[in-house]
Amino acid sequence: MRKWTRRAFIGVGTLAGGGLLLGVAGVAFSPSRHSVVPDDASKTGQLTTWLLITPDNIVTVIVPHCEMGQGAQTALAMMAAEEMDADWNLVRVKEAPALDDYANAYIARAFGGSVPPWLGRAFDYGTYRVARWYGTQATGGSTAVRGTGQYGMAVAGAAAKQMLIAAAAARLGVNASECTTAASRVVHAASGKSATFGELAGAAAALPVPSTPVLKNPDTYTIRRTARQRFDIRSKVDGSAVYGIDFTTPGMLYAAVEMAPVYGGKLVSVDPAPAESMPGVKRVVKMDDAVAVVADSFWRAHKAVGALKPQFDDAGHGDVSTASIFAAFDKALGEPPETPKDAATVVTADYRVPFLAHATMEPMVCTARVQGDRAEVWAGVQDPLNARAAAARALEIDVEQVTLTNLPLGGGFGRRLPNTYDYIELGARIAKAMSPTPVKLIWSRENDTQHDYYRPAGMARFAGALDKAGTPLSARCHYAGGGDRESVFMPYAIADKTTASRDAAHPVRTGAWRSVLNSQHGFFKESFIDELAHAAGKDPFLFRRDLMTEEPRFRAVLEKVAAIAEWSSPLPPGEGRGIAITESFGSIVGEVAHVAVSPEGTLRVKNVHAVVDCGDVVNTDTAKAQVEGGIIFGLSAAMLSEITIAEGRVVEKNFRDYRMIHVADAPDVHVEFIRSGARLGGLGEPAVPPIAPAVTNAIFAATGVRVRELPIKNHKLVNRT
Amino acid sequence: MSITLTVNGRASTLDIEPDTPLLWALRDTMGLTGTKFGCGISACGACTVLVNDRAVRSCMFPISQADGATVTTIEGLANAGTLNAVQQAWNDQQVPQCGYCQSGMIVAVTALLKERPHPTDEDIDASITNICRCGTFVRVRRAIHAIAQG
Repeated sequence: MRKWTRRAFIGVGTLAGGGLLLGVAGVAFSPSRHSVVPDDASKTGQLTTWLLITPDNIVTVIVPHCEMGQGAQTALAMMAAEEMDADWNLVRVKEAPALDDYANAYIARAFGGSVPPWLGRAFDYGTYRVARWYGTQATGGSTAVRGTGQYGMAVAGAAAKQMLIAAAAARLGVNASECTTAASRVVHAASGKSATFGELAGAAAALPVPSTPVLKNPDTYTIRRTARQRFDIRSKVDGSAVYGIDFTTPGMLYAAVEMAPVYGGKLVSVDPAPAESMPGVKRVVKMDDAVAVVADSFWRAHKAVGALKPQFDDAGHGDVSTASIFAAFDKALGEPPETPKDAATVVTADYRVPFLAHATMEPMVCTARVQGDRAEVWAGVQDPLNARAAAARALEIDVEQVTLTNLPLGGGFGRRLPNTYDYIELGARIAKAMSPTPVKLIWSRENDTQHDYYRPAGMARFAGALDKAGTPLSARCHYAGGGDRESVFMPYAIADKTTASRDAAHPVRTGAWRSVLNSQHGFFKESFIDELAHAAGKDPFLFRRDLMTEEPRFRAVLEKVAAIAEWSSPLPPGEGRGIAITESFGSIVGEVAHVAVSPEGTLRVKNVHAVVDCGDVVNTDTAKAQVEGGIIFGLSAAMLSEITIAEGRVVEKNFRDYRMIHVADAPDVHVEFIRSGARLGGLGEPAVPPIAPAVTNAIFAATGVRVRELPIKNHKLVNRT
Repeated sequence: MSITLTVNGRASTLDIEPDTPLLWALRDTMGLTGTKFGCGISACGACTVLVNDRAVRSCMFPISQADGATVTTIEGLANAGTLNAVQQAWNDQQVPQCGYCQSGMIVAVTALLKERPHPTDEDIDASITNICRCGTFVRVRRAIHAIAQG
């Protein structure tokens, strides 16, 4: 990676009252020499910043990522505070607002109109504006720490420290090289003089920005690599956190909605009378593809929408079903991939995974107020700028006329990413009908379950070959339902690992779901390598390990997880261990699941061991929490969850039929990290993909039953060993 | 219909349709938004509150049944800013992720521990059936045991 440290990309400004504000643009990913610092930054004080040091000696870190429990805001603050040697008790965090008109223009200028591909989703090509600094405002792809943190926060902290030291040297009349920093002070040990960051901030802001701020040696870290409490926890245990659904504004009304049950369907007719006569109802709002009731309370709106009998068409998809989709996949995949003629053993297998809903605990919610050609929106989203653009499009007004206030998210997992803002558009349209009254649209759980952007269903057809010694010659795969180079990658030294996408289109709406394509392919490829191991008569751990000749990081993770899980220790009948390993979002995760299957076929996942190589760990506690959470999230999908389609519509309605595991089903989870020193990897998603194959491989070890289709609940598990 | 109830120590009288779920009366009428809407069918427990000290899923609990009752929500668990034992353990163990389900989880655990101060794993499995989508169950169990051990 190129050095990001060029003067042009660190901006500095003075705050009224003597503070310092400092920002870094995304030069790491796109070096350029254009300035991004506006000339009037000192006057307006609105330059998008990473860091703000105020005279009260508080360091405020401004984070361009939303908080949905992944701990990114705290971790990013830790990265900045570490480089500055800030007193952690004097560090605050603030989410960047979704509006910063001129910073957008500056960054567009900085990139000279040539926008790097990774910025694509934050770049509004229509208006030629980029979301703030390079960090954009999208939170997804497990990018916050490894992108914004590594190349923004740490650099900003280091630059700030250098400027504070220079300011201290001048103020104290000492040599800068003799100054050190600790606990938000610059100290000159020889003279015993010192000054706080707050005292120095104003003078530091007037100094030249360092062109090459020096990052700390990781061995000297005192904040990173420790467990720090998250800034957002307190408000989440006392009930004071205000999520999107909790937002209120005076005069606000509530909306409940019913949407076309088949995606793409249109509203044919609805008689508004039954709702209009109900208490508190203000209006029935008919739209192209939905009907809403606006009332003075959500319950009244919800009841009234239930009294309507809207007729929708099926957009010509009335004959689509799960069976028809998988039949099309099956046909598209065709004959199994070819295998070498000299193979001693050929193994073929098909794997299937269903559509999945995100099922965020907070359903989709949008509050909006439309007044003339202006609008205000309040919601919890993973990309506030794209959500703002979605509202503007729905209202047919300029995006500059829309403000969006982002609120904490009651779960994201990909459901609140760009291009999934149907609820924002709907909320905006309803508010427009009620203009100028603000309206809060709350989806019912049924709305939410049946109108998701689903994790794509997928199918894979593998064929592999072994020689007489049990060494694999090939492991080829045809797949349908999506895939990319990362998700199909196998870390095994097998001569022929050809993969081919053979997709078959269907009208079900799909989107990114925690770990994206890796959630399907992790199951496919780590199931198949397990089948090859058994066909070769070899231990599944040793078989994998011996094929990792070109992947030392994978091998280290695999060996460590096998060791901590005591892979080789004996188990009673009906119990088994399964192992799986995948790389996604820059992190390698190996998992061993230990399962027990009762004589009646009841599955219990007793414990899971996980080892993660994400390069280095910033907040050791939240890192662990993300791995624990990823495993539980993936386990619901492996064991219980599925979205099925009948007559073009989603069958499942709520949590009774879209099922997820409970505390009673949750295994004990042990997580360890390897600090390999490799580039930082993500943590929000990478623990998800290995869990399904680890469990199904363990079921095979316990029972001899090979589960090739998720969820596991659809299989009769009987002990065949 | 006129309903009188005491919520977090304060008496209130509401003029409200009797079938209104307690959840929406708390959230929309009384402005207590700490209690969350998750499913509306008593399946997830995000809306759990205490009614006369018993854990109740308020999304299907008609306000008419709360007439004369004493209700405690997540906002009423702390005493003058001091978190209750469950809230404190949730903070110490850093249980919440997105946090949306945790109001209900914390209230449900508060009720469990009132009844069984030293619950077994089986007690926890049987009574804590709240859904957490972020996957905090590992810490939920750990935190409950930590409280029980004092």
